[in-house]
Parts: sequence; C-alpha cells; structure tokens
Amino acid sequence: MKKKLFDFNTKTIVATGLGAALFIVLFMYVKIPTGIPETDIKTAYGVGAFFSALFGPIAGLLIGFIGHGLSDAILYGSPWWSWVVASALTCFITGLVYPKMKIEEGEFGKADIVRFNVYQVLANIISWVVVAPVLDIVVYAEPVNYVFTQGIVAAVCNAISAGVIGTVLLLLYSRSRSKKGSLTKE
Amino acid sequence: MKAKLFDYIDRDNFVYNLSGLTKLMAFICLTFSVMFSYDIRYILFVLAVSFCFFRISEITFRQVRTMVIYVAVFLLINFLLTYLFSPQYGTQIYGTTHEIFRFNSRYTVTLEQLLYQVTKILKYASGIPLGMIFLLTTNPSEFAASLNRIGVSYKASYALALTLRYFPDMIRDYQDISLAQQSRGLDLSKKEKLSTRVKNMMNIFVPLIFTTLDRIELISNAMDLRGFGKNKKRTWYAGKPLGRNDYIAMLFSAAILAGSVCVSVFVNGSRFYNPFI
Repeated sequence: MKKKLFDFNTKTIVATGLGAALFIVLFMYVKIPTGIPETDIKTAYGVGAFFSALFGPIAGLLIGFIGHGLSDAILYGSPWWSWVVASALTCFITGLVYPKMKIEEGEFGKADIVRFNVYQVLANIISWVVVAPVLDIVVYAEPVNYVFTQGIVAAVCNAISAGVIGTVLLLLYSRSRSKKGSLTKE
Repeated sequence: MKAKLFDYIDRDNFVYNLSGLTKLMAFICLTFSVMFSYDIRYILFVLAVSFCFFRISEITFRQVRTMVIYVAVFLLINFLLTYLFSPQYGTQIYGTTHEIFRFNSRYTVTLEQLLYQVTKILKYASGIPLGMIFLLTTNPSEFAASLNRIGVSYKASYALALTLRYFPDMIRDYQDISLAQQSRGLDLSKKEKLSTRVKNMMNIFVPLIFTTLDRIELISNAMDLRGFGKNKKRTWYAGKPLGRNDYIAMLFSAAILAGSVCVSVFVNGSRFYNPFI
C-alpha cells in the first residue's frame, strides 16, 4: 500500500484517538524535572513525535491539539491556547516525515534516524522558539523576554524528549515488524 | 485520582441539560472575551458570571480540588516569574510611573505593574470555572456528536470521542504496568540517579505504547469490519437537538464576547484599561 502524506483512514482515526489519550496520561504523570520551573522534559512529546512519524501529519496535528488541550484543561481548568497550537504544530511538522519512512516494513536505518531527527528538531524550533512566544505576546500580552526564554527552554527539552524517546521507540517498533521479503522459498 | 474527572455523572439542572455544542460555544466565547480584554472591570464581570454558572451547575468542591491546587501553584509561579523578568512591563504598557517602593533601580514596585499582574491573574482565574463546568458536565459522546454538527469532520470528532473513551483505560494500564515494574524492583523515586530513572521510565513506557499499538490495530479492524468511514456522513446515537435554553445561552455568551470587543474599541481605545491618565 502506498503512503500518502495526508492519509486519514480508520487506522489513522483510531491512532489519533488513542495517541491523544496516551499523550494526556504521559503529560500528566511522566515528567523528568530539569530544575527550571514550569519546564520539565515531557515524555509526552517523545510519544507525540513517534505517533506522528508512524501515522502522518494529520494524526500528529490532532494528537497535539486534543492531547495538549485536554491535559491543560484537566490540570489547569482552561487550555493555554498559544501552547496548544504550538504542540499541534510540532507534531504536524514532525509528521511530514511520514511518507518517507518504511517503519511498518521493519526498516529504520541510520539514514532514517537522521531524517526523523532533522524533522523533529526543525519542528520544535519553529513551534517553540517562534510560534509559541509570538502567540503568547499577541494573545496574552506576556512580557517579551520572559516568553522567549521559556520558548527556548521548551524547544530544547522537547527536542531532547522527541529525539531520545521517539528514536528509541521507532527503533524498537521497527524491530518488532517482520522485514519485507524476509521469507524465502525453500 | 484524576481519572475521576471524566466520570461523567448525569444530573438534572440547567447547565447539564444544555447540549455539548452550547457549552463548547459558551466556553470559547467567554474564554476568548477574557483573553482579549485587559480591562479589569470587564474581567471581574466575566469572573462573576462564570462563578454564577459554577453554582448553578452544582459541581462540588471535592471534584475540583486537585485542579484548584495546580492552578494556584501555576498562577503563583507565573506571577513571580513575570515580575522577575519584566518588573517595568506595566510602566511600558500604561506609559506612567507611580512608584510605591523600590528594591533597587531595576526592581521597583509600581502601581502599573501591580495592575497589570493582578489583571493577568484574574484573566486566567476567570477562565477556570468555565473549563471545569465544560469538562465535568459534558457527556463525551454527545459532545462528539455536537462537534460534528458545527462542521468538524466526523472522523475528527470520532477521534476525540475515542480519546475521551479510552483515557481512563489508559490511566489504568499505566498504573498497572508501573506497579508491576516497581514490584520487580524498578526504582522511580528521587533516590535513583537521573539517568537510571530515565531508563526505568522507559521500561514502563515501552509496554504501555506497545499495548496501545495492539489496541489500535484491534479497534480499527473492528471499525473497518463494521464499515466505518464508508459514507460522507453519519448519524449519532447520542446527538441531541438544540432547545430554547441552548439558543439563549449561546446568544448570551456571544453578547459577552461582543461586549469585550466593544469595551476595548469604544471605551478604552485599546485592549488595556488605563486609569492612570
């Protein structure tokens, strides 16, 4: 089956739903503190990147949006919209790598690792260093230097999370798949 | 634990009987109106309105206690950090300086800064009862149905319904796996080195994600077999027609949003209310 960039079939829908649920659980429970307030390394972004690479940008967009929106709503009562948008964007851009990957067929070599990480680092820089602070200033009129510092820290944390956790998960998953053409005729 | 938040319990009162669509619209209108306005008088008004609805909806404090604590900590940190990073931001916005006292030349306390920061806290605070009402009084399936009605694609609405449906399961899975691994001696507490803790965390994580992937396969096959996604439209079992109260509530919240914009444009001339000139 050929992969299209904007696939949205039953599997994508279910993956989006469950991926977002997973995102919320991890967002609330599994964080690694960095020592700076309001910024932990959130394992949720690793899983977000993993799902985006596996199921495409639309799934990623919705996972980021629903996942972050709902977890904010659960934890703080009301979503912090600028960051919700940034989360959705991160997962969307990371998801653009999807048509180039053959993880379902068990292939995830060095070139794929590099490609995945280039996409996710770019995604994190665009969303957290540019989009999130700008939205913070426009929508919430937050002080400029405060939001940019926050944004840079968030970008670094999330890129580490996506890079380490995302890559490890993709490696493990690709190994659990049987390779294409692994059967030989006797 | 927090999973309780999605334990939707049906009650019979004004807020519960509104459709999910109405509650979503009201939530968005009211939060956007406080997000837009920096006028403390208007924000206090919206805060009062949202507390009224909170009373009407008969949510008990016990249900929202954890959330209130989280919010309080978040607001406090935000308050302190804002001051630390930009102690003169208020002066910059309002254009005047009324100094109360000073720590040094950079960190002075001005009336302007106080107004700015208090306004900001109230802004966030007034959105919170609304979010709680929305989360606690909306039936997930009915909510997906009403999202579809305002034009969100039914596939996306269905994804959201699945999220709400499987979220409690996922928490249970997470706790099961976490306890199972801890009983095998995996230490997740602060006693362990950070690197080991991260590795141990991965040991909880990986089974959780792989069970999820299996489950995705299972559910999507079941849905495919039943012909999900064949047609352009679908009907909803939980869908509910809009009543008179829904229209009233939607008009009311739209009026509040319009009011917020009007106050900014006609009364204040900007998003900020400036009492200092």
